[in-house]
Amino acid sequence: MSAVTGAVRVAPPGNPIIRSIRDSLVVAKRNLIRMSRIPEMVIFGVIQPVMFVVLFSYVFGGSMTVGGTTDPAVYREFLMAGIFAQTVTFATAGAGAGIADDMHKGLIDRFRSLPMARGAVLTGRTLADLVQTALTLAVLAVVALLVGWRTHTSIGEVLGAFGLLLLLGYAFTWVGALIGLSVRTPEAATSGGLIWLFPVTFISNAFVDSSRMTPWLRHVADWNPFSATVQASRELFGNPGVSQSDAWPMQHPVWASLIYSVLIIVIFRTLSVRKYRSATA
Amino acid sequence: MPGAIYAEGLVKTFGDVRALDGVDLDVPEGTVLGLLGPNGAGKTTTVRCLTTLLRPDRGKAVVAGIDVLKDPDAVRRSVGLSGQFAAVDEYLTGRENLQMVGQLYQMRAKAAKARAGELLEQFHLTEAADRPAKTYSGGMRRRLDLAAALVVSPPVMFMDEPTTGLDPRNRQELWGVIKQLVSGGTTLLLTTQYLEEADHLAHDIAVVDHGRVIARGTSDQLKARTGGERVEVVVHERERIPDAVEVLTGFGKGETTVEEHTRRLTVPVAGGAKLLAEVIRELDTRGIEIDDIGLRRPTLDDVFLSLTGHLAEVRDEAEANGIAADAKGRGRGKEGAK
Repeated sequence: MSAVTGAVRVAPPGNPIIRSIRDSLVVAKRNLIRMSRIPEMVIFGVIQPVMFVVLFSYVFGGSMTVGGTTDPAVYREFLMAGIFAQTVTFATAGAGAGIADDMHKGLIDRFRSLPMARGAVLTGRTLADLVQTALTLAVLAVVALLVGWRTHTSIGEVLGAFGLLLLLGYAFTWVGALIGLSVRTPEAATSGGLIWLFPVTFISNAFVDSSRMTPWLRHVADWNPFSATVQASRELFGNPGVSQSDAWPMQHPVWASLIYSVLIIVIFRTLSVRKYRSATA
Repeated sequence: MPGAIYAEGLVKTFGDVRALDGVDLDVPEGTVLGLLGPNGAGKTTTVRCLTTLLRPDRGKAVVAGIDVLKDPDAVRRSVGLSGQFAAVDEYLTGRENLQMVGQLYQMRAKAAKARAGELLEQFHLTEAADRPAKTYSGGMRRRLDLAAALVVSPPVMFMDEPTTGLDPRNRQELWGVIKQLVSGGTTLLLTTQYLEEADHLAHDIAVVDHGRVIARGTSDQLKARTGGERVEVVVHERERIPDAVEVLTGFGKGETTVEEHTRRLTVPVAGGAKLLAEVIRELDTRGIEIDDIGLRRPTLDDVFLSLTGHLAEVRDEAEANGIAADAKGRGRGKEGAK
């Protein structure tokens, strides 16, 4: 072991942006390797939304009125954009738990003692989660097609909708990252990362026609960033039940969805990276 | 000229707790400083401040000639840190862990891969290299963690309780690794609760308590400060303790301390083996039966006791530096520390 102190020079920092991208990819790769070694996590992540599809479309399907009809087939088409959006947001909890786990195990200390780009640990994690979300979404889309969901627009519009959904999911993983950095245990991150998702996904147009809610609740639903993405996807898929509300995000859902998601990323990424830098394990 | 690790008046408070209360350190290049103290003394906080993980409220710190507060990123390029827990990703293999760390030290993927292979061999992990770290034993994980800290062969190393929780065999093995590392010229700051460990590995020892360095010197210097040797007697019958105390006090140059439940008496003496023989004769004359008797030189435990008034044991649950308290609450890492 005489060569323990063999000469390895550390390169001086190069272009900070390239370094940041490179470091983020190294961390993303690490998280993807982890996911591949814990396949049950990925599998549960897929099963949950599939369960929602089946439960909502068959249990609620017959008693829901969408676009003036109670036809369950119409509800199923209406529902899918909501389930897709819900699925991408639920990925948030995974990001939070993963980051809390890294803190818990002292790995964040290791990363923070390395001369790496500041945001890379978090960016790498969120990118890996994005890959997982995309996989889940792909499986879910197949299941949706099997239960009768169809799109009625161009392939470009359909892909655009999936793009918006993934962007929303990515934005929400930054919220999860902040939660993960703020709690003491991975368990707390999992439950803390889930609780707030229920009001966000249910006080929306995802599962019901929001125009039938009481007025104040309808306002919340109409301005909910989550609703904007659901509305945009519904429109881009050409699915029924597009809200006729005159609230701005409902009238311009694609723009609203983009603006909301980018805003969430900017705000929560800033807060998370700041929190990470001062993290005391 | 300041040494490879230099700190002056480091202060760090967490709420009401003053974890560091003016720590001064100076470690010459190529030497090992053992930072010795009980839990909560401020050892970990000191290491965290010097490795840029924590920003001290006040004070100055220079590591490898770089101001820690002014250019933390340059410090990170020059130090290796091996923490209290083996900070490796347990789902990654040993090789993947080291490769990742190498790349995050800004090495090219190919160079990081080659370096990982080298380190795995040096740390006898080649056979386990492609197994997830989850399957490693405690000792193997520590070795992997240490290897990760050495990826760029940093000139300055920090090890925070490197052998806490390891069984004796693994501890011995890790000591061997650390000794070899140091013989290569690396400057090392090592924290430990094990006095034996500091005695074994460190050139210099700094004793910390309540966030301050309360004594400093080589192991021999510290022992000398405690006052030389003492005679220790274990009396066979509890009833004869008072008689034995009388005898010992007669020969000693200080008070005799009594440990009732073990029937062990200790008295500081001057006079060595010759005196010991006299003590034995006198006890024999008075018909006091003994189970054991010996001349003891001071251990670092004695040093600690005389300096702080308490033993270097786990003092209480209130870990002053926050992180370790947290870690304990999470119930891992510290097993075997008590």
